[in-house]
Formats: sequence, C-alpha cells, structure tokens
Amino acid sequence: MIRFDKVTKIYPRAAAGVAALRDVSFRVGKGEFVFLTGPSGAGKSTILKLLYMEQRPTSGEVRISGYSSNQTRGKDVAKLRRRLGVVFQDFQLLEDRSAEANVAFALEVTGTPRSSIPGRVARALTQVGLASKSTALPRELSGGEQQRVAFARALVNDPFVLIADEPTGNLDERATRGIFQLLREINTSGTAVLMATHDLELVRSTEFRTLEMNHGEIVFDSADTPSVEVDVD
Amino acid sequence: MLAFNTAITAFRRAPLLSLLSITTIAFSLFAFGLFGLVALNIKNALQRVEERVEIRVFVADGTTSERLAIASDDVAKYPEVLKVDVITQAQALERARVELGEFKDVFDSQFLPASFDIRLRPGSRDPATVRRVVDRLREFDFVDDVRFGEEWIAQLYRLRNIAGVAGAALGLAFAAVAVIIIGATIRMAVLARTKEISIMRLVGATDGFIRRPFLIEGSIKGVLGGVLALVLTYFAMRVLEQYLHFETAFFDRRLALLGILFGALMGFLGSAVSVGRHLRRV
Repeated sequence: MIRFDKVTKIYPRAAAGVAALRDVSFRVGKGEFVFLTGPSGAGKSTILKLLYMEQRPTSGEVRISGYSSNQTRGKDVAKLRRRLGVVFQDFQLLEDRSAEANVAFALEVTGTPRSSIPGRVARALTQVGLASKSTALPRELSGGEQQRVAFARALVNDPFVLIADEPTGNLDERATRGIFQLLREINTSGTAVLMATHDLELVRSTEFRTLEMNHGEIVFDSADTPSVEVDVD
Repeated sequence: MLAFNTAITAFRRAPLLSLLSITTIAFSLFAFGLFGLVALNIKNALQRVEERVEIRVFVADGTTSERLAIASDDVAKYPEVLKVDVITQAQALERARVELGEFKDVFDSQFLPASFDIRLRPGSRDPATVRRVVDRLREFDFVDDVRFGEEWIAQLYRLRNIAGVAGAALGLAFAAVAVIIIGATIRMAVLARTKEISIMRLVGATDGFIRRPFLIEGSIKGVLGGVLALVLTYFAMRVLEQYLHFETAFFDRRLALLGILFGALMGFLGSAVSVGRHLRRV
C-alpha cells in the first residue's frame, strides 16, 4: 500500500551534502499501525510530506495506493489527498468556524454533494467523541478537543491511511492517552495509521511496528526484529 | 455557483479587509480617473481648436461661376476634404461688413476676391496633409493665393503631440501605480487566508477550485472599486467646475463602463497573480 524505494530527499536550500532522507526503503501494509520515531531533524516529517506529496524525492520513488511520486501531478495529487487523512501537532483549524464547519470544509472544497455533508460531518464528530460540541469554535475547546476536530476532518473522507505528525505534541498526558485511544479505534476500523512522535513512552507501551530514524536514515525497524521466544521451563 | 458563494462568504467573513481593498482600489482608480478626465478635456479643447483649421483659396478676378462650381465639386471629392464653401465676391463683401462692422461704410464695391473655404476631415488636419492639399489646390490655374495659417497649424500640432506623449506617459504611470496598489491589496487578502488555502490543498481541493473564488472576489472588488472611483471622479469634477467656473466634459457611458471593466480586470489579474504565486509557494 505504501512503498519507499531508495528515497533520498535533499531540500534545495539545505547545506551542501545534507540530506533530509538518505536511501530510505520500507513498506507499510494495509491497515497497519506504524510509529515513526527519532530526534528532531531525523526525517520523520519529510517522510510524511513525501506521502501526501507536498515534497518530492530527490531520487528514488514513493508509491502510495498506486500513485507514484515520479508520475503523479496536479489534479491527481488532489485526488490522492482526498483518500488520505492528515493531522498536525498544531491542529490547523480555521479559528472563525465552528467544529462542524471545520469538518464540513474538507467535504465542501472537494465537491461533495451538499445534501450528504451534514450526515457525514455528524458521523465523523461522533466517531471522535465530539458530537455534543459541534457548534463550538476552536477557542472554546481544549487542546485535546481541538485535535479531535482535526481528526474528524481527516476522517470525514474515509481515508485508507491516517498520517499524523506529532499529534500529541501539544497535549497533556491525559489528552495524549485519549488521542492515542482514538487512533487505536481508527486503526481497528481498518484505516492504516502512520504516526510521527517523540513520545517514546507511548511507543514502548504498545505492540505496534516502530521505524526509528536518525540523520535521515531508518536505524531500526521493529518488523525486522525476530520475536524472542522465552523458555519458561 | 459554489465559487461565487465562497467569494461572497469571504466578503462576509472579513468585511473590514474587503472594504479596505475596495477603497484602495477605488482611490487608485480615482487618481487614474482624474488624470483621464484632464486628458479628455484637453483632447476636447484641442479638437475644438483643430476644427477651425481651414484652407481659403482666393480666386483670380474674371473666373466664371461655372468654372468655380466645377472646381468646387472636384475639390469636394478629395478624400481629405470634409466641406467646400464657395464664397462669391458679393458674399465676401457681405461677410467683411459683418465681421468688420466699424468699416462697413468703406466697403462700397466688390473689391474682395471670390474664394473657396475648405474644411478638412478629422485626421487630415496635420501640417503635412494640409500642405499636400494646398499644393494640389495651387495647380488650378485660376488660383490667386492660398491661405491656411501654416505657422498656426504647426504650433497646434506640436502642442497636440506634446500633450499626446505626456498624456500617454502619465497615463501609463498612473495605470502602473493602480496595478501595483491593487495587486498589493489583493495579495494582502490572499495572505490573510494562507491557512485556509493550505488546509484546502491538504484535504484535496484542486488548484482551480482554490483559485476560482479568489478570482471572483477580486473581480467583484474591482467592479465595486471602479464604481466608487467613478462616483468620486464625478463629484471631484463638479467641485472643480464650481471653483474654476468652467464647464468640463465627463466620461461618456462607454468610457465609464471601460473604467469599471478596467477595475474588474485589475482585480481579476491581481488575484490571479497573487493566488498563483501563493499556490506555487505553499
């Protein structure tokens, strides 16, 4: 479903020879949950940007659900993004619109028939547990609730993969647990999740696959590690 | 329709910024309009003076009236000629009596020569064309003298050329200032919605979809700014008329409509450039 083949990314204004990603290859299967970890500048966000094609590889190829980074341009990028859900650390909500208007925005601007919008928005807000606060403005919501609105907006188009860039970075521990529980539920319903995070405690507390990055390279992939059988005798 | 609704919603969401954009567009077009009004009135004044360009061909004594009639018909067929009046000796005397009233008693015989008074078509009143027509007229054997104010026509055309070049240069400068100010104003409106644009792209809106409401919004602002500029120019003209005590011409319906369309075009292009640049960047 997602495939990185020898992907190198050098930003045009980067210091000579400094690559954000260096020869990165990995695959993510349908419905998988994958953590991307590593220090700041390791290349986590670059991987996510390559997925929703905000950036293009300098060399190599990114394939996502049949869309190739070497061939997909213009309208096809828009089509791909309609099948992805993207969530950021800073929520990226429109401050002058209610929670439901923020969610509906994702449908309105992609030409969804108007009659089907209210129902889909209500379902998405219910899924993230915010049905009762649909008319609230972002400033009237807590950080965790704002992030849930962002998740509802990402889910309203029924994405096959949810891309989350440090979604708990601005949240306290309780809100983080709530958001992570929500991510689990989303994943259980069949949506793949790719989540970049610094929160190693959160990562260690789960059984999900982890890709650890450093200096633009994958230094550890838990999928490659054979499970250790412990002799209990 | 959705793009139009989105554009109208954008007005409602940021009324102050929209009003500021419209006012800025209006004032830059107002400056352009005032210049246009001055240029229009100078052009009209020069045209009125130009209409007085006349060639008078004095005819030798003894030329028969039949000869004059035939020659007058020939001259009337010149492509440059608008109108030919044949003035007989009796008419010349009568005209002199009217024009020079205090000497009317002196004029007691037909001592003034007959003449052709020739008016040229607009566009054929420049010194070179006048000179060419005069040269042709001199070829008639009955012509005694031709007067056409050569010096005066040359001066008039020099003035007209200077006014034309200065007008074009100033007009371009005013238009450029209007374009820059309108472009900057629209850019401000686009920048105010940077976040909205990036979210639109993120959730899969096409560039065309994102661009359309901005283009409509820019055009509407341009039209409203153009109408406001027209109203301001009209009132400025009325005030000037009152203080300077002279009548000025205002833009006719066609020019007024052109002004408003210019505003719309500026709004449209300003938006297209600003959104285009923004979309390439984000």
